[in-house]
Amino acid sequence: MIDQAAARRAAQEVPSIPRDADGPVFREPWEAQAFAMTLALHERGLFTWPEWAAALSREIKRAQAAGDPDTGETYYAHWLAALEQLVQEKGVASAETLHRTKHAWEHACDRTPHGEPIELKPDDFH
Amino acid sequence: MSGHDHHDHHHDHDHSELSETQLRVRALETVLTEKGYVDPAALDVLIETYEKKVGPRNGARVVAKAWADPAYRERLLKNGTPAIAEVGYAGRQGEHIVAVENTPKRHNMVVCTLCSCYPWPVLGLPPVWYKAAPYRARAVNDPRGVLADFGVALPQDTEIRVWDSTAELRYLVIPMRPAGTEGWSEEKLAELVTRDSMIGTGLAKSPADLK
Repeated sequence: MIDQAAARRAAQEVPSIPRDADGPVFREPWEAQAFAMTLALHERGLFTWPEWAAALSREIKRAQAAGDPDTGETYYAHWLAALEQLVQEKGVASAETLHRTKHAWEHACDRTPHGEPIELKPDDFH
Repeated sequence: MSGHDHHDHHHDHDHSELSETQLRVRALETVLTEKGYVDPAALDVLIETYEKKVGPRNGARVVAKAWADPAYRERLLKNGTPAIAEVGYAGRQGEHIVAVENTPKRHNMVVCTLCSCYPWPVLGLPPVWYKAAPYRARAVNDPRGVLADFGVALPQDTEIRVWDSTAELRYLVIPMRPAGTEGWSEEKLAELVTRDSMIGTGLAKSPADLK
């Protein structure tokens, strides 16, 4: 079950998750989505929390070396990068697949009139 | 916003926009769903539990200020977008937010397509059921029934007005101020304002609910 109890455990196991007294907090909706996906993959046994913490820490170090201001605002940017990285390392999806799918969403976005929900269709992959 | 629009689009609002980051998140979710690693419905259920933990939730502050400050309320009802901007970030430029006020005579309810410009900085996370077509249809045909499903019973003589968001216009419902809150600070009043009360599928909390 991915639920708030699982989320609280994650917040304990992974250092420095932005949080308040109840648990994790998010600046934008996509951060909550990235967090929820990570929780689901952990639940599936794709990685342990120590493994996740190591992957996240690698991304943070890489970003710092590249001049990330490390103010906490970019925390979930590193989180997302770590998630993409682990998904590739665990053989779930290649960088190419992720890139192709992102491109398809971009295409869906461009053809969707402003004000309508964006849906991915097979034709968006080209 | 953390979004960097990496492609060269014109900000003429004739098509949707997602930031590079949002595109990556959507791509991951699509791939992980296809491979059976995640279930989007289960993700939505978890994310929904973080309703109050995402974004600045500026709308609650806007409503509280409108309750406490009559001059602000008037500015808000007259021209929503700049009045909301006084309090905090309201979303991308170019979309107008109209504030509609609940009274004993009229209850307002909003339907929306959950397009890429849903005003989450104001309203918070959209509820999962919001994107369901049956909700949209029923909200328009049977608003009283929809409200009953959410446990909201309004007097028979309260008119229910349903607002359908368009590409240019979004709505913020100003719920009625609960009784027993005289003299409360804006900060304390804001705690009574729920996401559902700002889209009209709920009422503001009562002081007793806070305990």
